[in-house]
Amino acid sequence: MAEIEHHLTEPLLAAYAAGNLPQAYELVVAAHVSLCVECRARLGAHENAGGAVLETLPGAALSAGLRDRVMAALDAPPPAAAAVPRRSGIFPAPVMAALKGQPPRWKTLGGGVRQQILQADAEGSARLLYIPPGVAVPDHGHGGLELTLVLQGAFSDKTGGFGTGDVEIAGPELEHQPVADIGPPCICLAATDAPLRFHALIPRLLQPFFRI
Amino acid sequence: MFADTALAAPLDHRALAVPSGVAKAQAKGRPRAVTHPTDTAMSDATRWMLAVRDGRDRAAFARLYDHFAPRLKGMAMRGGLNAAFAEDVVQDVMLTVWHKAAQFDPGVAPVSAWVYRIARNRQIDMARKRARPLPEELIEEASEPDSQQIYAMEQEVGFLQGALARLAPEQRQIIEKAYMGELSHSEIQAETGLALGTIKSRIRLGLERLRHELKELR
Ligand SMILES: [Zn+2]
Repeated sequence: MAEIEHHLTEPLLAAYAAGNLPQAYELVVAAHVSLCVECRARLGAHENAGGAVLETLPGAALSAGLRDRVMAALDAPPPAAAAVPRRSGIFPAPVMAALKGQPPRWKTLGGGVRQQILQADAEGSARLLYIPPGVAVPDHGHGGLELTLVLQGAFSDKTGGFGTGDVEIAGPELEHQPVADIGPPCICLAATDAPLRFHALIPRLLQPFFRI
Repeated sequence: MFADTALAAPLDHRALAVPSGVAKAQAKGRPRAVTHPTDTAMSDATRWMLAVRDGRDRAAFARLYDHFAPRLKGMAMRGGLNAAFAEDVVQDVMLTVWHKAAQFDPGVAPVSAWVYRIARNRQIDMARKRARPLPEELIEEASEPDSQQIYAMEQEVGFLQGALARLAPEQRQIIEKAYMGELSHSEIQAETGLALGTIKSRIRLGLERLRHELKELR
């Protein structure tokens, strides 16, 4: 893999460490960290800072019986751990977990573009996108921040080129039309904090072909 | 940080008797070879955690409980939980510390950061009732603990706590709020700029460790 050039920002890593990030972004952070040594180290530094803050907290008084209950529970068998999906091909473990261990079931958006929605709730949505070489990524008009992690191939837009492992962080002000590079199809993990809006996902040209 | 020296008595001296070369040779065949650096280089919490990990030491676990449980409850309540639910989280986190002790590696993360991460993950899993997306674990096969690395981590904790203590009160409050999960990423971006710089300088150490680790895996 070529050197990763586009990384997560410090605030995103800090918010992930602190547990205050919408789940759709968490997925992109976890997937990028799975691929990127540098961001793994930076996340570790934020967790160290979190631990240092934890050490300095005044602490809250505990119920009288809690300590005995915890000590008594040490002998109980640990709760059965759920099977953790492993990395499979281009998909790092957290993406495989979101796929529930199965290969993607692509839905055609038209123009050869395909997607699978991995997660959608009021806080945001995450999806896998499959873009054939030379084709434009659907203009999805995200309302807030959009994170796009390249899992295979590459794409380019007016801000530059993004290869495998790179993450593009696009604010609402960025009107971009990423185009998949020539080569293998570009497969991306994309997350926004806007609620899922299907009409906004469709490239304008393709809209007549795609109705839900 | 852990003032009570009476509690600091080493709980597991077995490994100290093993010359590091021997420990290295044995590392492959054993799940864990413990090479403790000198006692003074290790915090009480690290010693307790290693005693739990390697000796299933209940007294050491009780020390960890006394140290972390009140802080964990405070952390959970700052996250918006009521006292009863916060204690459920405390119980769950402390039992996870006990059951997952084998995963603790003092050369990778200090105890406080390891506990902090467990608490965050458990709190989110319990609130969402589904597993939080987590990064892949690095595959570590028989990597023998590096006493220099453990020492570096101990120093890192001290450095971070010192940096926190030296921050101006408002800056410190912002950092506290950020790591207690009270600020969104955009609020962190807007408000913590300068204070966040104090931790940035600590990233180099983590990076060097990881590069070293990955080289060994190849
Ligand atoms: Zn990165």
